[in-house]
Amino acid sequence: MSTTITIKNLTKRFGDVVAVNNVSLTIEAGTFLTLLGPSGCGKTTLLRCIAGLEDPNEGEIYIGDKLVYSSIKGISLQPGARDLGLVFQNYALWPHMTVYKNITFALEMQKLTKAQMDERVHEALKEVQMDGYENRYPREMSGGQQQRIALARMLAYRPKVFLMDEPLSNLDARLRMDMRTELKRLHHISGATTIYVTHDQVEALTMSTNIAVMKLGVVQQLDTPDRVYHFPANLFVADFIGNPKVNLLDGTVSGQNQVKVGDFALDVETFNARGKMVVAVRPEDIAVLTEPELNAVEFTAYSVLPAGADSTIVAQRGDVEVTVKVMGISKIKMDQKIWLKFDPTSLNLYDKESGNLVTG
Amino acid sequence: MAKQAGEEQGLFERAEAWLRRFWRWVTTPQVILSLIMLFVMFYMVIIPLYRMLMTTFTFSESDVRYAPGAVPGDFTLFHWIRMLSSKVSTIMTFEPLLHSLTVSLGATFFAFVIGGALAWMVVRTDMPGRHTINVLATVPYIMPSWTIAMAWKVLFNNGTTGGMPGFLMYLTGTPPPDWISYGPVPIIVSSALHYYTFFFLFVSAALMSIDSSLEEAGELAGASRWRILRKITFPLVIPALLSGFIMTFSKTMGTFGGPNILGVPVRYYTMSTMLRSNTQVGAFGDGFVLAIVLILFSMTTIFLNQKIVGTRKSYETIGGRGFMAQKTKLRNWRMPLTSLVIIFQVIVAVLPLLLLILSTLMARSGDYSISNLTLAHWIGQSNEKINNGEPGVLLNPAIYRGAWNSIKLALYTAFFTALLGVILGYAIVKGRGTRLAKFVEQLAFIPYVIPGIAFGAVYISMFTKPVGPIPPLYGTFALLVVVSVAKHIPYSSRSGVSAMLQVGRELEEAAALAGANAWQRFARIIFPLTSTGFVSGFLLTFITTMRELSLIILLVTPTTAVLASMTMRYIENGNEQQANAVIIILIVLVLIGNFIISRFRGGSLKKGLGM
Repeated sequence: MSTTITIKNLTKRFGDVVAVNNVSLTIEAGTFLTLLGPSGCGKTTLLRCIAGLEDPNEGEIYIGDKLVYSSIKGISLQPGARDLGLVFQNYALWPHMTVYKNITFALEMQKLTKAQMDERVHEALKEVQMDGYENRYPREMSGGQQQRIALARMLAYRPKVFLMDEPLSNLDARLRMDMRTELKRLHHISGATTIYVTHDQVEALTMSTNIAVMKLGVVQQLDTPDRVYHFPANLFVADFIGNPKVNLLDGTVSGQNQVKVGDFALDVETFNARGKMVVAVRPEDIAVLTEPELNAVEFTAYSVLPAGADSTIVAQRGDVEVTVKVMGISKIKMDQKIWLKFDPTSLNLYDKESGNLVTG
Repeated sequence: MAKQAGEEQGLFERAEAWLRRFWRWVTTPQVILSLIMLFVMFYMVIIPLYRMLMTTFTFSESDVRYAPGAVPGDFTLFHWIRMLSSKVSTIMTFEPLLHSLTVSLGATFFAFVIGGALAWMVVRTDMPGRHTINVLATVPYIMPSWTIAMAWKVLFNNGTTGGMPGFLMYLTGTPPPDWISYGPVPIIVSSALHYYTFFFLFVSAALMSIDSSLEEAGELAGASRWRILRKITFPLVIPALLSGFIMTFSKTMGTFGGPNILGVPVRYYTMSTMLRSNTQVGAFGDGFVLAIVLILFSMTTIFLNQKIVGTRKSYETIGGRGFMAQKTKLRNWRMPLTSLVIIFQVIVAVLPLLLLILSTLMARSGDYSISNLTLAHWIGQSNEKINNGEPGVLLNPAIYRGAWNSIKLALYTAFFTALLGVILGYAIVKGRGTRLAKFVEQLAFIPYVIPGIAFGAVYISMFTKPVGPIPPLYGTFALLVVVSVAKHIPYSSRSGVSAMLQVGRELEEAAALAGANAWQRFARIIFPLTSTGFVSGFLLTFITTMRELSLIILLVTPTTAVLASMTMRYIENGNEQQANAVIIILIVLVLIGNFIISRFRGGSLKKGLGM
């Protein structure tokens, strides 16, 4: 049984800074929603508002059917009354308590019996593969282990909603990969509505069922990872998502379904757009040919960067620079002539002025 | 959209929403605690200050003698005119003010020279015996501030104003000149030797945090050692020096013991001793004018310095962590300089005690020969020829009562101070950024700018009559506790804040999410994590209260006398040997307290000073 979260016109200001600006979101039951954005975009503030750790200035928040915050009605439930769990960036384990005590603290508040608590602790530790650590103190464990305990602490009291504030950012790359796997598995099994805050696009893309990309307190796009990646709603999202970065080529509409970039033209669905445009194309959506071919554009290989599983090629033609990603170790030499083939269906067109995706 | 909905709301709903919001705000723990603290501080600081100010503008019963036609209770500028622009104003106000400034600035300067030089040698040279020097440097500060003044009298008294002839006079047969025995010079020296610890601690902490690469950069640029010291090191420790300056200056402005022992006998009055002599004869209006002048002076200095320190604060973060500094090699000077430092420190720390002990062992005062030694002052039965017939201090019930009062006062004060520290720390840290918390923090700072004796004076006018629910406290032991706790508020708030800052806010938030209410969060998370600070603050307040004199001298009565005030009373009655025995008992108690602190993990003098 999981829970829908509804946010209506939520605004949170710190002095003159608007951290969250009139955000409305509906998070369907069972969703793994990631709030993604650069630092200072308001993602953590939004999460803290939902948790009840910050008091917003305006708007409403429902968790399930329960109104937990309303500026108009003057309602703001205590964090403990909102039935949610939060995993903090720095774990926030209580240093003077053992793992057992850390986990049972919330259970004591729920007035569980000793036997029930033992059962819950055992279960939660097993879930995060930390059984046997009951009597350790936080300082006696590694960062990764502390992270698992923090997760177990949240799981043990069975909140309806899981909140996670950059929980993996303090871990090294390898551990992060492991934890991603575990967290996704955990969500898959529990089905609990989860809101996850990160600035790491790979985390967002790999784990989420939905991503909300934020900038300056405003949600830029709320979509599935697939759509966020392939159909970014605006240039900010396009530029923020993807590694290597998306190619953004300045151009002008030069005919029906044709945009002129530099001294060549690209075929792309233009709908009824006119004027200055930006063509966005992902580096892996471009084919590299060593021979000329129809509709392929001649470039020079400016730099070739093989990285084992794939290679990055930076190609130039006049003022136009394009980054291409190909599988495997590329045989192309630097300064070699190459022909790039753009697939019209993988190109996105943005209005230069508004920065928004051009759609029918 | 939200606005529209608001307009649709009826008046009743809007009022209800407002009430809910207000109730939520008022029931936030930090708001409740802030409001309680505001109330407490209003009672303990603001109202007494206001009362004192009003007293200076009002005729009292006793003024009728001086001012013909005065009606008690009427508004008047009489006290201000009398103290600031009448024939007696020079003697009553301006001379004491000049004396106070002379003594304070002199003591501060010498404390700076001694403490600064010592800190530099310990931190930045290859001087051996660092640990010993560190420990010895704190000894004079642990002892009551007027200890050295009393020992000075034992050593240098020349008999001009009577009293026990000094040890030097006994050895050489000739009395030392007056300027050595009494007046500004001995007051300055004895205070400087007590307060140099401040500078030593501040400056050594600052020096340790300077990144030596900054100095090395200067060296690479070809600057001489002296030039580096002057142009790089010195500017970097200026904030620390100013902090030391503020603390020493404000403390010495309000200090009472030294000037009372070494100044009053030759009529060298400072603001503190003049204030006391006014209140002793019941001239409260006049005395309070002095207290207010003293407060204004101390305030101005502190705010000026805060401004300067404030703009220079950016220096403090430089370097940040203590890099292993490159140390100046003393070469041939190493051993002679080290010996000099240690000899100096031993003289300052140990010689006064030896002199005081010696003086209590003489049968006939002033005869320091071995055949004249006796334990009569300690364990002798009552004898009319000695000490006005009072028995030896160890058999004297009055002394035991005083010692018990000292301990009791220190315990109560330490407890309430630590409690206020926790509350203030929580209210200020949790409310960071709100106006309420800022107001609480500023209000808590006020007692800091009021010199000890003036702060005591503030409480004379308060509590002689009931104020609100509080019964008249004048002459009670409770008043001593109240004034000591109030004076400690700035320190307790500062240490409370720093203790609370060490507990990350997520730790409390995690508990809130787990469903713990404010009290459970405090009892189970915050208090356990700050208890080390609580205990070390408690112990520190305990020993500082035990040796506090200026603050309570105007408020003690024979039944509430503590050891510190008893030393003064015995001196004023001419029983110097008894006074010296009492201060030794006090020092022993303080040393025991200090021993307990050093045993207690994490507590140290440095920490308690908020460094």
